[in-house]
Amino acid sequence: VTTFLQQLINGISQGAAYALIALGYTMVYGVLRLINFAHSDVYMFGAFMGYYIANNKTFQERMGSSLPSAMVVMLLAMALSAGLGILIERFAYRPGRTKTRFTAAFWLGVLGTAFGNLLGHSIASTLAGAGIGIVVGVVAELAGFRPVQQESRLGLLIIAIGVSLFLENGGQLVFGADPKFFPEIIPSAAINIGGLTVDSPKLIVLGVSIVLMVLLNIVVNYTKTGKAMRAVSFNLDAAKLMGINTDRIIAATFALGSALAAAGGILVSLLYPRIDPLMGVMPGLKAFVAAVLGGIGNIPGAMVGGLVLGLAEVMAVWLGSSTYRDAIAFIVLILILLFKPEGIMGKGVAEKV
Amino acid sequence: MRLANFALLGALCGVLALTSCKSGGDTAESNEIVIGEYGSLTGGTATFGISTRNGIDIAVDEINAAGGVLGKKVRVVVEDDQGKPEEALVAVTKLITKDKVIAVLGEVASGSSRAAAPAAQQNQIPMISPSSTNPNVTKVGDYIFRVCYIDPFQGYVMAKFAAETMKFKNVAVFRDIKGAYSVGLADVFVEEFKKMGGTIVSDESYSEGDTDFNAQLTSIKSKNPQAIFVPGYYTEVALIARQAKKLGLNAPMMGGDGWDSPKLFEIGGKSLDGSFFSNHSSPDDPSPTIQKFNATYKERFKATPDALAGLGYDSAMVLFEAIKRAGTTEGPKLRDAIAQTKGHAGVTGTITLDAERNANKPAVVLELKDGKYVYRETITPR
Repeated sequence: VTTFLQQLINGISQGAAYALIALGYTMVYGVLRLINFAHSDVYMFGAFMGYYIANNKTFQERMGSSLPSAMVVMLLAMALSAGLGILIERFAYRPGRTKTRFTAAFWLGVLGTAFGNLLGHSIASTLAGAGIGIVVGVVAELAGFRPVQQESRLGLLIIAIGVSLFLENGGQLVFGADPKFFPEIIPSAAINIGGLTVDSPKLIVLGVSIVLMVLLNIVVNYTKTGKAMRAVSFNLDAAKLMGINTDRIIAATFALGSALAAAGGILVSLLYPRIDPLMGVMPGLKAFVAAVLGGIGNIPGAMVGGLVLGLAEVMAVWLGSSTYRDAIAFIVLILILLFKPEGIMGKGVAEKV
Repeated sequence: MRLANFALLGALCGVLALTSCKSGGDTAESNEIVIGEYGSLTGGTATFGISTRNGIDIAVDEINAAGGVLGKKVRVVVEDDQGKPEEALVAVTKLITKDKVIAVLGEVASGSSRAAAPAAQQNQIPMISPSSTNPNVTKVGDYIFRVCYIDPFQGYVMAKFAAETMKFKNVAVFRDIKGAYSVGLADVFVEEFKKMGGTIVSDESYSEGDTDFNAQLTSIKSKNPQAIFVPGYYTEVALIARQAKKLGLNAPMMGGDGWDSPKLFEIGGKSLDGSFFSNHSSPDDPSPTIQKFNATYKERFKATPDALAGLGYDSAMVLFEAIKRAGTTEGPKLRDAIAQTKGHAGVTGTITLDAERNANKPAVVLELKDGKYVYRETITPR
């Protein structure tokens, strides 16, 4: 019985990790009807930002290792990731929706930066590469060359996959491909209750994900921005006619989703301190399954889906073999699509946020 | 336009033909001996390849300072295989056909050595692996050698240490189900430990790249083992040790030479204190050969050499000695000379090659304590 209870705890902590990532997936889907494949890579980016901030010398001298400093690390990483989310939305997704300016300049600038760095390995050559890329992009745009504009759902999906691959491989270039080890930014203490052991990070992960879920629910259901988000989700064109700045609302959605991903990245890294640029791929897919399981677009559903999936995996490893661990998530996905495609807490095809 | 293209192609072919001809002629007549080396200088097992290269560099400098071999200087051509078996085959093929090397040194990982060995065998170029321990590597053919022991021996060493030195009765096994190295070690350990009167209370598995081991560790904990045998590579082993301590599972861990990396402590921290693993050599060994090598290595690379560096050095020295004995660099004669290696005093112990072209030599058991290896015991082959 003790072993069963301990496995239950293991499953819940694993599930809370999936739930955290699933929250961001579900929110962006709820508003835009877009599966943001780059979400799992923003999660990776958040973990790396946390790693660099926590390992920063001046930061360590000022803050040390304590609960407030962990909060600061998390908030900073969330803010940086929100910025990344806005950038992705502005320069990758928005050009796929409407006419935008400077898209080519941005991407040529990124390309130029990488090229300059490869050629010179110095700040000067990197900056020169970036500058040349941007100038070429702006000149091309002024001369009338613009990326083809076309609104299509499939196009957006493919852009999302492209952004995801870009972040994964760019991450390997910038952060390095070898695994790194996330510092223990919160003191960990094991709590013993009659043979059961609960590690403090597990409790924190579960607690923070519940708090974030509640906060997200409040934002979406009880604030003006949330109301606008629901309007955009219901009908983008009608929302525009009602005087809602839809571009700004969509950017805000991405910022919020990316901040959630970063929070997830850091909290999961506290549990499993190995981070690498491809760390988001598997958890991202599983969180997507969790979101579908709970009913995609449904915020409490993502939480429930994550917990169910985590428990299913741990039980499979316990009673069967670890080789089946990754298969479980996808078996669950197939079953849910066969028998209850709208998910546990989904409400059919009616509007979902 | 088309004509221009053809002209360009023709010129290119001409240049290629000239250069390949030139390099071929060079090696045959010049007064240097070219040997090839391939290993993972980048990628996930980069510390393995870099340590080995450093060890080989020291050996080459020593032999050249002493006047070289057969009156010729030795030159090493190094190829990076990124730790990928398919790249290893390409690298060795290139070393043999383009650089015309007379012998090949490498790899550390058994998978890469096995993939590349057929190229050496077919071309009758001897290959010496410094540290691939999987038995199948040298079974590729009679031109393939190694200067380290093989996995069955390592499994036996840890079983003997657990049963006789530590007097453990109940041990759990936690293996990497996808890794040939890990599965091989675990199988031998289970067999030998049972023969010595011990009981395997639990046999769980994980896969390389996993980060969550709580479910398996909880199962292991419920069986109350006195120790856990985890024959994996350092990254997963360190993560497993951390999570085990957090679950209140305090039994010591045991493992093989895949633990040997500075990263082990960086990740695992204090959670590995009191654990044991088998290795090729101990940095604390007072023997003068080892201490001299350690001092040279420290001065040149500003780090303490791991066992892989020592094995790299030994593989090069065994090769040089064989060239001297053979008096030629011709493949078949050199092969016979390497096969006759007997009682070579290396950094990682005395090397004698047996009929299966494996080195027969003792293993050391090291204990982990405060971020350091502490020598416990030397176990000799049966």
